[in-house]
Amino acid sequence: METAQEVVRLKETARNTRKLILEALAEAGSGHPGGSLSAVELLVTLYFRVMRHDPKNPKWPDRDRFFLSKGHAAPLLYSVLAQAGYFPVEELMTLRKIGSRLQGHPSMGVPGVEAPAGSEGIGLSLAVGTSLAAKLDGKAYRTYVLMGDGEQQEGQVWEAAMSASKFRLDNLTAIIDRNGIQQDGLTEQVMPLEPLAAKWRAFNWNVIEVDGYDLAQLIDGFDLAIGTRNRPTVIIAHTVKGKGISFMEWSPHYHGTPPAKDKLRDVLSELG
Amino acid sequence: MLSKVAAMRDAYGDALLELGAENKDVVVIGADTTGSLKSGVFASKFPERFFNVGIAEQNLVSIAAGMALAGKIPYAGTYAIFVPGKSVDQIRNNIAYPNLNVKIVCSHGGISVGPDGASHQQVEDIAIMRAIPKMNVIVPADAVSTKAIAKAIAAIPGPFYVRLTRSSTPVIYDAGFRYEHGKANALKEGGDVGIVACGIMVSEALKAAEALRTKGVAASVLDLHTIKPIDSDAIVKLARSCGRVVTVEEHNVMGGMGSAVAEVLGERYPVPIRRVGVMDTFGESGEAADLLRKYGLTAANVEQAALGLRGQ
Repeated sequence: METAQEVVRLKETARNTRKLILEALAEAGSGHPGGSLSAVELLVTLYFRVMRHDPKNPKWPDRDRFFLSKGHAAPLLYSVLAQAGYFPVEELMTLRKIGSRLQGHPSMGVPGVEAPAGSEGIGLSLAVGTSLAAKLDGKAYRTYVLMGDGEQQEGQVWEAAMSASKFRLDNLTAIIDRNGIQQDGLTEQVMPLEPLAAKWRAFNWNVIEVDGYDLAQLIDGFDLAIGTRNRPTVIIAHTVKGKGISFMEWSPHYHGTPPAKDKLRDVLSELG
Repeated sequence: MLSKVAAMRDAYGDALLELGAENKDVVVIGADTTGSLKSGVFASKFPERFFNVGIAEQNLVSIAAGMALAGKIPYAGTYAIFVPGKSVDQIRNNIAYPNLNVKIVCSHGGISVGPDGASHQQVEDIAIMRAIPKMNVIVPADAVSTKAIAKAIAAIPGPFYVRLTRSSTPVIYDAGFRYEHGKANALKEGGDVGIVACGIMVSEALKAAEALRTKGVAASVLDLHTIKPIDSDAIVKLARSCGRVVTVEEHNVMGGMGSAVAEVLGERYPVPIRRVGVMDTFGESGEAADLLRKYGLTAANVEQAALGLRGQ
């Protein structure tokens, strides 16, 4: 497909993803909109353009793997998986409810979910594990992992970063949702991360910086990562917390506050 | 029996070599202690399946989880003070919660680590690990059972924690030892007092039973190598036939094997119990034998507890 046409298609999927996230969160009455909305285009590009996967055969041995390390963005992952066909879209309305497969943070037992998440800083290590196994088995599948930016404050991220370069894991692509905000406020005030790209370069990673909402840039970034040999790639995607909903954008408050159910219609109208 | 000593770590290294040859999915992951753990011997034979992640225990555990997700059978470990010590969250959330097939085998459990001192003497690991749902917890009694256990768990799906000891310890079992998951080993039968032991305390329990015999007290000895899942039936049977139970472990008496036995008996067959173990304190530097004496972890302490229970 032509990139221009593809971008139109992905944009529409992204719009629908935001709608599903907000509906599910409003129904749940709790959860994390800010970091779900910020990373929509990253996951939509992965699942609908980049990754080789089969929703009808979630355990296909040669599938590309995706780990959501920032587990609080579960509504985003679920919305994308449902649209891809892993489970019915209607099931999103059971998010966080007792008896639901859709736990507040991802867990096993949901088709398409590769691993539980929720404790920050550990997803990159999981990705190192599957990337090592792929190399050992001579398999061509790739592993993708989405991290938050606040999560970069966890020491284990850097343990994993060192090991991925040591083992030359060019089948591994990490993505950082660089929205600049964590639960207590701005990352640069809570615990400064900059110069973030330089840190990753110093750990011998291939570093690509993109605008997290420029789909052509994202597609190019993922393609560049696939073509990179002998070292892992990190894509630092510059994003906006709460992207798409004016009062949620740049707001630490909406890190963990869902939209009110009775205001949902107005909220969704912002998506056009 | 008991006159020969052997190192659990050597036995573990032997087990890994055999596992590596038998099963191509077995991988070994270490954290800068692979020479000490003897997991390094695996590296010389199967270098492509051996990964040293350096001094990074959290990464060690989570990489093992990732490899298990991709179908491997990872044996990951270092010193017990660091795993589980520094990586409980990763063990819980990456391995136990998704019920992954990771075998955590760590050495240097207990105070018999010796001169390195309290910072390296892990006396809380049984409590930590058995509190985590789905985790299996094993403390082998000697080198022979260590090798059998390390090999057997490869064929039992799910997460395991196996705690080994630094120093060479008396050999209790002969080569005929067979590991049966969740089944304790009755080593001695006697109707006056039941002694439940794990790890290097099993040999002390056997010595205590012998000393008690000379005083006319017949003791049973149970090797409760598998603390989780616990062999409740064997423990109840022991309490039924002896009427009193002594537990002995190289671990804090809070939350460890003795606590697990007390839980079983409290609910199913209450009898008087004495727990011999580290009395909620930290260790210190010293030779292993001196520490075991100072902290009350010898045959004499077990004997004393047994006699005390009998009002002698």
